[in-house]
Amino acid sequence: MKCGPFRYHAPTELGEALELLGGMDNAKALAGGQSLMAMLNLRYAMPDDLIDLNRITGLAGVEEEPGGVIRIGAMTRQRVLERHAGLQHSMPILRQALLQVGHIQTRNRGTIGGSLCHLDPAAEQPAIALLYEAEIEAASAARGSRRIGMADFPAFYMTPAIEPDELVTAIRFRPWLGQVRHCFLEFARRHGDFAIVSAGCLVACDAAGRIERASIVLGGVGSAPLRLVAGEALLKGEVPGDAVFRAAAATAGDIEAMDDATYSSTYRRHLAQVMVRRCLEKAFASEEGAAAA
Amino acid sequence: MSDTVLDERDIALTVNGRPRRARCETRTNLVDFLRHGLGLTGSHVGCEHGVCGACTVLVDGAAIRGCLMLAVQADGAVVETVESLADDDGTLSIMQAAFAKHHALQCGYCTPGILMTLAEVERDDTVELSEDFVREALSGNLCRCTGYQNIVDAAMDALTAIRNAKGGTA
Amino acid sequence: MGSAPFIGRSVTRIEDDVLLRGKAKFLDDLPEGDALHAAFLRSPVAHGRIRHIDMDEARAMPGVAAILTFQDLSDVLVMQRMPLQFFSNTLPPDITPYPLAKDEVLFVGEAIAIVLADSRARAEDAVGAIGLDIEDLSVVADPRVSASAGAPKVASYRPDNLFASFRMEYGAVDTAFDKAAHRVALPLVQHRGAAHSMEGRGAMARPSGTGELTVWLSTQQSHEARGFLVEMLGLDETQINVIAPAVGGGFGAKYLTYPEEVTVAAAALKLDRAVKWVEDRREHFLAAVQERDQFWEIEAACDAQGKLLGIRGSMIHDGGAYVPQGINVAFNAATALPGPYVLPNYRMEVKVAATNKVATLPVRGAGYPEGTFCMERALDALAEVSGLDRVEIRMRNLVTPDLMPYVTPLKTRAGTPIAYDSGDFPVMLQGVLDDIDWQGFPERRLAAERKGLKAGIAVACGMKGTGRGPYESATVRIGKSGKVTIITGAMAMGQGLHTVMAQIAAESLGVQPEDIAVISGNTSSIPLGLGGFASRQTVAAGNAMHNAAQGVRKQILLIASEMLEAAAEDIELVDGMARVAGTERAVSLQAIAREAYGSPGYALPKGAEPGLEVSDNYMPTGLTYGMGAHAAEVHVDEETGAVQVVRYAVVNDCGRAINPMLVEGQIHGGVVHGLGNALFEYMGYDDQAQPTTTTLADYLLVSAPEVPRMSVRIVEYPSPKNPLGVKGVGEAGCLPVAAVVASAVEDALGRSDVLVRKVPLGPQDLFELLRAG
Repeated sequence: MKCGPFRYHAPTELGEALELLGGMDNAKALAGGQSLMAMLNLRYAMPDDLIDLNRITGLAGVEEEPGGVIRIGAMTRQRVLERHAGLQHSMPILRQALLQVGHIQTRNRGTIGGSLCHLDPAAEQPAIALLYEAEIEAASAARGSRRIGMADFPAFYMTPAIEPDELVTAIRFRPWLGQVRHCFLEFARRHGDFAIVSAGCLVACDAAGRIERASIVLGGVGSAPLRLVAGEALLKGEVPGDAVFRAAAATAGDIEAMDDATYSSTYRRHLAQVMVRRCLEKAFASEEGAAAA
Repeated sequence: MSDTVLDERDIALTVNGRPRRARCETRTNLVDFLRHGLGLTGSHVGCEHGVCGACTVLVDGAAIRGCLMLAVQADGAVVETVESLADDDGTLSIMQAAFAKHHALQCGYCTPGILMTLAEVERDDTVELSEDFVREALSGNLCRCTGYQNIVDAAMDALTAIRNAKGGTA
Repeated sequence: MGSAPFIGRSVTRIEDDVLLRGKAKFLDDLPEGDALHAAFLRSPVAHGRIRHIDMDEARAMPGVAAILTFQDLSDVLVMQRMPLQFFSNTLPPDITPYPLAKDEVLFVGEAIAIVLADSRARAEDAVGAIGLDIEDLSVVADPRVSASAGAPKVASYRPDNLFASFRMEYGAVDTAFDKAAHRVALPLVQHRGAAHSMEGRGAMARPSGTGELTVWLSTQQSHEARGFLVEMLGLDETQINVIAPAVGGGFGAKYLTYPEEVTVAAAALKLDRAVKWVEDRREHFLAAVQERDQFWEIEAACDAQGKLLGIRGSMIHDGGAYVPQGINVAFNAATALPGPYVLPNYRMEVKVAATNKVATLPVRGAGYPEGTFCMERALDALAEVSGLDRVEIRMRNLVTPDLMPYVTPLKTRAGTPIAYDSGDFPVMLQGVLDDIDWQGFPERRLAAERKGLKAGIAVACGMKGTGRGPYESATVRIGKSGKVTIITGAMAMGQGLHTVMAQIAAESLGVQPEDIAVISGNTSSIPLGLGGFASRQTVAAGNAMHNAAQGVRKQILLIASEMLEAAAEDIELVDGMARVAGTERAVSLQAIAREAYGSPGYALPKGAEPGLEVSDNYMPTGLTYGMGAHAAEVHVDEETGAVQVVRYAVVNDCGRAINPMLVEGQIHGGVVHGLGNALFEYMGYDDQAQPTTTTLADYLLVSAPEVPRMSVRIVEYPSPKNPLGVKGVGEAGCLPVAAVVASAVEDALGRSDVLVRKVPLGPQDLFELLRAG
């Protein structure tokens, strides 16, 4: 399966890329290629123009901004993030999630921006971004730069809320401070496969040991990652324990789940409850689940 | 695309230690370029959608799927393929010799991809060598013949030997 | 032969060096020169009548040399439909495909036209520009539907959808059931997907310019393929040479001559240009043969002691749209069912029904895994109702050594009785219990429970008749250079054929295997060959090679004895020399070869034949049976439905093991293929027979982390049926795997209302079983 013909562009500046993108009506931006190249080879996508983002300076990298926000350039390779000492310290759940993204070969090329834009319902990075209520930074030649909250980023199934002339340039995370219980769990058929259902959690307790803040995300259940808001609300003010985790997990029984030829919505909802419960249990079970910023 | 103009670029890259220049279609992927453009047919094509790993080569030291990268994207890069593993005098590498010793290949079609994935792993002194680690490292390379066990044994044998030779502990 | 210097040794393979260096030449690695690259226009619908193919735009595209349809090939093809590969006087007519669809397409992916261009990419561009007008016809996706009265026709030109309907029967099974203490009924659904060798199919045909055609094929049957081409193209054997380059796995899907391969050869002849086609993964999903589905309704009966009294029932096999070879999978499944057990009465009614999907043909196991699954599940069900332990019921029913050779009432396709020749099955079963540490399981079960997992353990036995004839070929030749060359019609596809053949020859000739040149898969190098399938080559080719090498050995000793003035029995062959034992008097094989080649005017040594070359076409006297006892331990996560195999043990009889390391490798590979069938591999189609799993992301092949450490123990019960005493092993590893995993899952759950009657068993499947139970 060889890809169809296209005009290839390799801009070296973001502005150049945005100008190109703004002037084309059947163009695709090529990031890590781990999703797009497969689609091109299978001829599921036949762009007239391919804009390679890999030569653009300044689109990759991890920076800490004043105020503690971490800005990750969209073209940062997943393998770089996986090995980043600072992120392992401030956002250890990111590495947990990344280790389950495909395989070594995937992460050596794949980028965080590419995964976010591809928006596979079961993808790990969009789930982590939602867990942290990350901000997506997007830019166009015509309108400049803007920010989109991760909750608003998915528009439809595998379609982000960016315009055809926009590129995602960075993702901003606000790491949680203090001791944060965390866990990312994925239920997949084989190592590296997209999850059938995944669950991630961040939980912070107050000085009295009661849950002060909780964020629970589910991947693979809906057409985009979703926050288990009801479950989070249930956890607040509670002392962590099996009964509380079970109750929070049970709220996943009410969410709308995808129903397709491979997995039913019933099964997905069932898995969601199991994975949320296990995720919370594991977050509190070991020192692995604890992190101090 | 309605026009029939061929979109080609000149690229210059280092392949197995040698500088190479070539003109290629922009849509040609890296593994096809290595195989048919440069005649390095050791890397193989198994699926063209990024699952089987038969096309794995090293680009700037990182194991990547040659079917998911365009040749033009390797302009200026350092590429290593299976043909680079044996010494100049023809002696098989420690990993290659371990594969022969442990019967870690049968048809051999997936083998170059596996050897190149392991080539990245063997350069990483920080990894903790264990069977689970090796299986996970190989999870992106499919083999239909061997059932993986001998591959894992060969890899553990070689990675341990390589690390010991470097003076580290496994 | 005294002690065996080479046979029985785990020598490292002579194939490995070029493979490890990336220097081996697979089909797409061969120098292609000016070959045109082929891409096929394939049917997007499962059943349709081609009204019009608009190729004008496509023909005008850059790089396109030609686009050919069936009509365009009529001047080079002397036959329209491809011949049925296995002779049959019971199969209906018009069941084989055309090289390109003539006017009616019968499955999604059927090749309609071949586009030839200067690159594969541009050929695919042109395929995309072809306008195809197809009238949709009714689609049948389920063989149970297609076999029933009033079903729409899979092919409009056939009278009905039934390829075959047969009964396998012996004894008086109904009477046996009437008297039975215990009876069980099991509906079983078995799915086996596709082969998915890492290298797909491929063909390159190059005309010589003087009327000959060389065809390189990634195939398991070079000589058979040549036979097809000879017939279809109206040429003779001197005009077509088929060569198999390095083959990246076959697993049965390359044991067929496909329409695409004939089309490539025909196109090369017609255009007088070299033509090359490399199957991509999507094409393998669509158009390479699969085993697919069997729907069984069986009943089993036993007496109060758990001894089998009979099994009866019916099975419907999804035959696909065409039968290019035979209905061997369905036939094998029905014959394989009794397995290594004493089954006094049996009746199975089998229907092979067509569907609008690609043809079904043997994939590793070739119907034996399905028959094995039935017997093993029946034994477990009978154990349950009779209160007998699952191991005990097997011990009570296994054929015992005192019954060997055990002549079963069933017959092979050739009409000869199926007779198990050697093996101590109860000892082997006990052996695998020891190897998996059956005794220690209760403790492991508790440990798993503490982690929230349910552990289960089970055993199953599988057996296949190996060494299928009627013959295989070998030539052993020592040239004037002293170089030993061995040639065979057997086919290499990764199993280590060359090493095994070299070891066998080395044994007789006293040279190192790595010093022997091996040629296989080349029709110009040896006139006869049947190829690699059905775990036959070690038996058939191995014994041919042994006979031929022994023949050359005799020649060598005759000449050496004259040259060394010693008796033949005092001469040993070691390291390329013939030496009088216990002395320094020796002469090289090269010198002996020179004597055998002779010189004009001089007589050959007395009694010598010219040259040092002997050919043998060994004819196996009957199938030889090697049993495999398997044990598996699983962890079941009841909450998710996930099943993980954590321990696996095999005790396998391959008769005399020529190279134990290679035997073990075959079993590893077979077991993992079986794990795929048990838990992962599902080739999906919707109700319009559209394939729904067409990438390796949807169709799950087992990867390294899913495989537990496997313990493989080789036992040798030499076959009395051939001089080497060998038995086949290529498929042995996969036969009882689905059965043993299903049984272990049931053992883990321990619920009589949760029964695994369908494979593969995915997590959602198990979740639904648990919910329904």
